[in-house]
Amino acid sequence: METTFPIFQVLDANGNLADESCREYVDETLVKEFYSGMARIRIFDRKAVSLQRQGRIGTYAPFEGQEASQVGSAKALNPDDWMFPTYRDHGAAMTFGHSLLNILLFWNGRNEGCVPPEGKRIFPPAVPIATQLPHAAGAGFAEKKKGTENAVICYFGDGATSEGDFHEGLNFASVFKSPVVYFCQNNQYAISVPIHRQMNSATIAQKSIAYGMEGKRVDGNDVFAVYIETKKALERARKGEGPTLIEAVTWRYGAHTTADDPSKYRDQEESTMKRRETDPMLRLERWLKNEGMYEEGWVREIEEKAAQEIDRAILEMEEFPAPDPAAIFDYVFERPTWTIEKQKQDYFELIRGGE
Amino acid sequence: MKTVQKSKVLTLVAAINDALDIMLEDDSGVLLLGEDIGKNGGVFRATDSLLEKYGQDRVIDTPLSEAGFVGAAIGMAVNGFRPVVEIQFLGFIYPAYEQIMTHASRLRMRTRGHFTVPMVIRAPYGAGVRAPEIHCDSTESLFTHMPGMKVVCPSNPYDAKGLMIAAIQDPDPVLFLEPMRSYRSQREEVPEGKYEVEIGRGKKLAEGKDVTLIGWGAMIPIVMKAAEEMKEKGISCEVLDLRTLYPLDKDLVMESVQKTGRTVIVHEAHATGGTGADLISLINDEAFLYQKAPAERVTGFDAPVPFFGLEDHYLPSTKRVAAAIEKVMKF
Repeated sequence: METTFPIFQVLDANGNLADESCREYVDETLVKEFYSGMARIRIFDRKAVSLQRQGRIGTYAPFEGQEASQVGSAKALNPDDWMFPTYRDHGAAMTFGHSLLNILLFWNGRNEGCVPPEGKRIFPPAVPIATQLPHAAGAGFAEKKKGTENAVICYFGDGATSEGDFHEGLNFASVFKSPVVYFCQNNQYAISVPIHRQMNSATIAQKSIAYGMEGKRVDGNDVFAVYIETKKALERARKGEGPTLIEAVTWRYGAHTTADDPSKYRDQEESTMKRRETDPMLRLERWLKNEGMYEEGWVREIEEKAAQEIDRAILEMEEFPAPDPAAIFDYVFERPTWTIEKQKQDYFELIRGGE
Repeated sequence: MKTVQKSKVLTLVAAINDALDIMLEDDSGVLLLGEDIGKNGGVFRATDSLLEKYGQDRVIDTPLSEAGFVGAAIGMAVNGFRPVVEIQFLGFIYPAYEQIMTHASRLRMRTRGHFTVPMVIRAPYGAGVRAPEIHCDSTESLFTHMPGMKVVCPSNPYDAKGLMIAAIQDPDPVLFLEPMRSYRSQREEVPEGKYEVEIGRGKKLAEGKDVTLIGWGAMIPIVMKAAEEMKEKGISCEVLDLRTLYPLDKDLVMESVQKTGRTVIVHEAHATGGTGADLISLINDEAFLYQKAPAERVTGFDAPVPFFGLEDHYLPSTKRVAAAIEKVMKF
């Protein structure tokens, strides 16, 4: 299966072209756009972990190591496409235009964070595993019925492939030729369980065969490979050729969330080695250096710009008005039922009794 | 001048078909999805002839996959459609439970109303038709307990049509329970065209002064029969058909139980955690001092619905309802 689904690579780990035929894909403007996008989300991710450590946000799911997968795939989208992320895909959501403030609010226990900016079709992060796969099939099916050329990207991890909803979602999408790109970031661990305990298949991409859909395996740390395969899959979807399953092979450097310690279940030596050898940021940096395009001033400038943007969002989050308990009651139905109205009234009388 | 409302005589299942037909005609965003609903017209023929009339773009036979098509319907609802999905039997809804519990019912809350799920989930429920196991469940309380879901359950053709039309137009997800035992057991005059029965409103089926009998769906014929039998014993029963299980019609229940001071609640769902418990809690909150006797419940037992060889013992019967009425009268 590894030979049926070889890992597609444009840039190798040393930042060289995987082969000369890939040269057509790589241009300086794109490289720089990718690099700055990846630097931006990495800075955000590290800041968020640090905010959690300081008790300024809640439990947080870091994605460091997966920047190429998230930026490469999100950059391939058109503005009117749909995105169905999980809780580890806010790097992709940020890249697609989600508000940094809202992403921070989400991680700080506020449902305002699930509201996408006007006109952006970004679903709230799926927390139950794989449940978003059928949603994506349906949203895509709806686009097809409306006769648009909009497509859908749906993110999930390797663990999600064991769930029933993985099967039900892919099957539905393939039967109805729904325009969806099912984008799996195989970071090789579902919390503590390694991929070989998750499945007895050699690859995730091969599961596409069972659904009669296109399946692609890419180096998830190679932003070009991710971008190119996602773009092609989206084009097929727009043309009515149905869904694609993409397996982006990657690695998360950090914990599953800030609530666990990966050294308990994973050899951290391996992680350190992977960071040294296959870090998606280093790979781009190496390419830029190999091509003589690396400028320290430019890198400093994009990092400072990102840090400022993120600091502004953090400030906004911390100055955000305290939540009104009315929000517990006001969004259950379009019009609250009498039980909800009564509970709200009783509770407010209690907490405001002294006023 | 007198206006004559045209009507036709329909069974409950035909009334549902009529409502679906009207809404498919009325709103191009309405779609039907489910197993065997197209060519086969549904295992109970609830969607009979709708495929021929509206085509396979609107009446969609899906893979055999409850979580898959309920999940996909959520994606379609969020993206501008009004899907009506059919779960073949309520006992088959459980694979979709996660989709309903974690997404359909709470997407509005999660996104402060940015994404909403105007979807109807239809499900035939209940025992008493000699169906195979798991085809007879009455687990409405799993859904009344679920914030963000409305649960309705008509007992007759008129209400079935009006409630279905209301459910499809509702901005929030509605579980529409269809008493399969009553699908074809009665025919009545149902107005042609579009009308609504308001969700959240029950109906008084019989006026009485001694005891309030509360039921819904397939229990209504049993409750009515018990009320008739009580007449001969000089006991006057008021009968309420709840029609909506969440939100309960507080005003209807209160008015009646304050008047009679005695209540018997009848449902085929298991006793513990059943809607009967919510009704008793409502009486406790709103009519405690009016009560002449503790409210009684006649329900299915706290046991899985038995294979049909024993279902008549499991289901509330007129005899059990009569015994409960006598108990509250004698208290």
